[in-house]
Amino acid sequence: MDSVWSINFLVAVLAAAIPAGTAILFACLGELLSERSGVLNLGVEGMMLMGALAGVAFTIWSGNAWVGILGAILAGAAMASLHAVVTVGLRANQVVSGLALTLLGTGLSAFLGRNLVGKPLPDKFGDISIPILGDIPKIGEILFQQSALVYLSFVVAPIMWWFVFRTQAGLHLRSIGENPAAADAMGVPVNWLRFLYVIIGGGFAGLGGAVISLSTNPGWTEGMTAGRGWIAVALVIFAGWNPLWAVGGAYLFGGVQAGQFQLQTVGVGISPFFLNMLPYLFTILVLVIASGDQARKRIGAPAALGRPFIREER
Amino acid sequence: MTISRYQIRLERIHHASPARWTAVTVGSILLALITCGIVLLISGENPLTVYRAMLDGALGDKYAFSETLVKMTPLLLTGLAVAIAFRMQLWNIGAEGQLYLGAVAASGVALFVLPDASSWVLIPAMLIAGAIGGALWGAVPGVLRAKFNANETITTLMLNYVAILFTQYLVHGPWRDPQAFGFPGTAPFPDAAALPHYQTYRVHLGLVFGLVAAVMLMVVLRRTRFGYEIDVIGDNPRAARYAGMRTTRMIIIVLAISGALAGIAGMSEVAGIGHSLQRSISPGYGYTAIIVAWLARLNPIAIIAVSFLMSVILVGSDQLQTAIGLPGSVGPMLQGAILFFLLAGEFLTNFRVHIQRVAVEAELVHG
Amino acid sequence: MIEGAAAVESPRNPVAIELTDVTKRFGPVVANQDITFDARYGEVHALIGENGAGKSTLMSIVAGLYRPDSGRLRINGQQVHFKSPRDAIERGIGMVYQHFMLVETMTVAENLLIGMPQQGVSLKTDAAAAAVRNLSSRFGLDVDPDAYIWQLSVGEQQRVEIIRLLFRGAKILVLDEPTAVLTPAEAAGLIKTARAMAAEGYCVIFISHKLDEVLRVADRITVLRRGQTVGTVAPGQVDRRSLARMMVGREMAAPPVDRPAPGTETALAVRNLCVISDRGLHVVNDLSLEVRNGEIFGIAGVAGNGQREFAEAVTGLRSIVSGEIEVSGRDLTGSSAAAIAAAGVAHIPEDRLATGLAGGIDVETNATLRHYRNAPLSKGPVLMRKAMGAFADRLIAEHDVKTPSRRARVRQLSGGNQQKLIIARELAGCPAVIIASSPTRGVDIGATEAIHHLLRSHRDRGAAIVLISEDLDELRSLSDRIGVLVRGRIIDTIPVEQASNERLSMLMAGIGPDYVAASLHAAPVESIAVDD
Repeated sequence: MDSVWSINFLVAVLAAAIPAGTAILFACLGELLSERSGVLNLGVEGMMLMGALAGVAFTIWSGNAWVGILGAILAGAAMASLHAVVTVGLRANQVVSGLALTLLGTGLSAFLGRNLVGKPLPDKFGDISIPILGDIPKIGEILFQQSALVYLSFVVAPIMWWFVFRTQAGLHLRSIGENPAAADAMGVPVNWLRFLYVIIGGGFAGLGGAVISLSTNPGWTEGMTAGRGWIAVALVIFAGWNPLWAVGGAYLFGGVQAGQFQLQTVGVGISPFFLNMLPYLFTILVLVIASGDQARKRIGAPAALGRPFIREER
Repeated sequence: MTISRYQIRLERIHHASPARWTAVTVGSILLALITCGIVLLISGENPLTVYRAMLDGALGDKYAFSETLVKMTPLLLTGLAVAIAFRMQLWNIGAEGQLYLGAVAASGVALFVLPDASSWVLIPAMLIAGAIGGALWGAVPGVLRAKFNANETITTLMLNYVAILFTQYLVHGPWRDPQAFGFPGTAPFPDAAALPHYQTYRVHLGLVFGLVAAVMLMVVLRRTRFGYEIDVIGDNPRAARYAGMRTTRMIIIVLAISGALAGIAGMSEVAGIGHSLQRSISPGYGYTAIIVAWLARLNPIAIIAVSFLMSVILVGSDQLQTAIGLPGSVGPMLQGAILFFLLAGEFLTNFRVHIQRVAVEAELVHG
Repeated sequence: MIEGAAAVESPRNPVAIELTDVTKRFGPVVANQDITFDARYGEVHALIGENGAGKSTLMSIVAGLYRPDSGRLRINGQQVHFKSPRDAIERGIGMVYQHFMLVETMTVAENLLIGMPQQGVSLKTDAAAAAVRNLSSRFGLDVDPDAYIWQLSVGEQQRVEIIRLLFRGAKILVLDEPTAVLTPAEAAGLIKTARAMAAEGYCVIFISHKLDEVLRVADRITVLRRGQTVGTVAPGQVDRRSLARMMVGREMAAPPVDRPAPGTETALAVRNLCVISDRGLHVVNDLSLEVRNGEIFGIAGVAGNGQREFAEAVTGLRSIVSGEIEVSGRDLTGSSAAAIAAAGVAHIPEDRLATGLAGGIDVETNATLRHYRNAPLSKGPVLMRKAMGAFADRLIAEHDVKTPSRRARVRQLSGGNQQKLIIARELAGCPAVIIASSPTRGVDIGATEAIHHLLRSHRDRGAAIVLISEDLDELRSLSDRIGVLVRGRIIDTIPVEQASNERLSMLMAGIGPDYVAASLHAAPVESIAVDD
């Protein structure tokens, strides 16, 4: 048996961390967009579940897992549009609306999926080794022997970073989350954009759910996201609302989950429960740090997060 | 040349009449029932049958009614917990975790601290322990918010999972019952640790705790300086400070009290129902509590009624499995829908919409 | 037109803005009356007048925020009707407000690009930065385009606002009290910038109180008084004194009113007070004053010279860097708000809804905000609801607060009634010291009279009142002595008989007390009241 500190062990853990973190990463990226626009969406868990279910349902119906992905994205976006209408359109409390969405998504997915439990999938996302790159020792095993969805995430995250920080549209996204009154005065359509980003965020959450139901644990089971939606919400904070840091954080959090299995096989006795607590505790720590005056400006929450924008009350 | 243009303007209503928001509340429940009914129809079920089965399962006979009261107890207590925090604009999403911590503390007292005490000592001790456990779990986010301005929505949420994991750790580890084969859980509590219940039914003293707490909370909010300060700080912390109120202290105290109430809910679950600590002692009461509090508009007496209603939905939907073979997920679905429609409907109680026709002079600019 | 001010010849440059007979009313208040005014390209045109003279309203019309009730507005020779600020922006008018519309967590260059039409996908920060540097060097608006807004001082942020306007094509710039938030060095820099912009052909309208600045920066100066134009002059034709007189008219010192002499005991003593503002500046800078029993001490000063922070420090809402505060002989330096209130200090705050009232809560709760801890309103931790209701009813009746009931939400009340409620509440219980900040701001005539009467009667019974106000008439009619607050310090304290509007204006504008006294002695003060 390899010792904990052997390279093979490390490679195994990292190779497992990446797929474990990918679902979280997609959901996190979606929530990141929503929060950057100023809207807090605590319904990620519900959206992921609906996405997971839709992914399975569409895959079974069409025989093609990519159609399942499409269905998952649509399901997540549809759920998120409820949140958008209620919080952006009707100026309702964002926290409560998000929780209602989680509840709705949990119940609805369990109900609609009751006949799909345990059904085998005609198609799923298995590991694909990329020629040449996949043969690189160690690195290849970690990075290039993953599923197509993981490769998708490798591409999406940096593009999102570029979008948020290096494009005009991303500038507007950031401005409506930081100072919607100023953005509005400069002609940026605050509420329209918030609508858009909340819905896009939901699509990503749905995609994250499908990663679980079409790749990690193929098939549908009630509540199969097992709290990963909440970890995604935590991850946004941990990552300082930055897509690239979210990648690292997702693999870290995913690694914690994957790693405990590996740790047990080598007989290390850290209770898995305490390991699982780490993402949440770290997030609290980061939040406290990021709430300080100086830090808030660099890694803190968008200043207008959680508050509806009403021009007459500017 | 005059062009007409339509302009939508929102005017905030300061004080919606009770009639207005009763209509909105009732309307949202109805709309939710209809919408879920449509989902049921599409799935091939008859909504009327389903709803009838739910009502039957929750209120059909004495036993069902007792079960409804059993589930109402933690909802009532956590609903009150959430409400007191929300009244001061402190978004305590952590009632679930505070409930678990209260259960852990109470269990600790029952199993290890006073296992041989009589009921008269043990139950109050468990009650106090449960309150303290929950209070601590509420005070931590309180301090983080008061001292570091860390958003309590997130901190309380994160601590939920920490609390649940901690409970699981105890139950699988140091507190595991050596005599239970394979089932994670502590040893059963001593008999003295059981809350008295009514006849042979499962409804227990915890319900009384909840009712008493509701009345006490109502009195405190309406008739004490403490309640007065909660109102003012919740509305305008700056004016509160100007009036000499110690807002930082109040944040911590209110979140601690909120946690304590949820902790008592946890204690009442393990002492009244489970009689031991298990890895899962709550199907999400702390989250349902938010719906209860919101639906009841943060009014403690209304929370009694609303927690009963939510319990009917919960118990009724649990029974669907045995009654007509439907999964228990109809309950959460219905609850989520009610909350959603309520949120949407609140728009009507918060704002008046003015659609105005604006006559606009189009200018011949060059001339 | 006032006699004595020679009309200045209009320059030959093209007209940028022309207002003809513009009138604007807000309810019964006429903010602008038949104003005729023009500003041209290539000049800095200053607009001066006291608080309430109508300068900001006029410029808000120009910026598209308000529509005039009558009169014409012409931009570049064409008549316009602005429906919103965006229309004004499209016409090349840019206004720099006192609240900056900048996103703190972005850089200067990024802020410039917000709301600009798309030019390709990627962010053109380099082009924006280059534009910033170009404009910086042309007009002396030094700012680092890659700096984050939160790193910049207020003065630098203001430069960003100006640069942004220029970047978006503004040709007419309106600066509303721009030096109010600047240090003297920054103010000098801004004056240079304004002149540089005029030299390049822009039209700059400079609203200000500060007479010496105005004389340095402007090509023409238009004076407004009580909503009307008094005249337009060139700097060479006037000095500070004549400008002050144009601003306030030839009002004489108020004839002394019969009032009981103040007591001899000092009720409130403030010594060498230093307080820091939210932005970290020493906004109260070695302030000292003493108020006796039965005296009203007025504090005159342009907004932003430390009034708010002083009031907050004395009432325990803001911490003190150094200095002492004594109330009736007791040292209360550093005490909490509750302790200071308990010592008999009442506070009528500057902004009623933000600080003095809980808007979403009922009148009864607000009425008892000051005294709820004491019997008979509460007994220990328990509130005596009946007593509270009676107390609230009494306050409402005695002070004529118009409200549907005592359960109505305070936000529903009109501004005047909200103010009456606060004053009723604070003055109940006969406090020894009253700190009143702008107590009649936004309040109608009737309520204002009632409030003045109330303050006088409390003064007569022996309270010491500090009255902070921007309304010189109010100050002169109520105060026994008036201290002028400039840059966080009381630079001169004069008895009300010697406090003509002229004198106060000059002091408030930062002119040294000795010079003021000397120049006033040069002309006899008439004892006939002039009707205006």
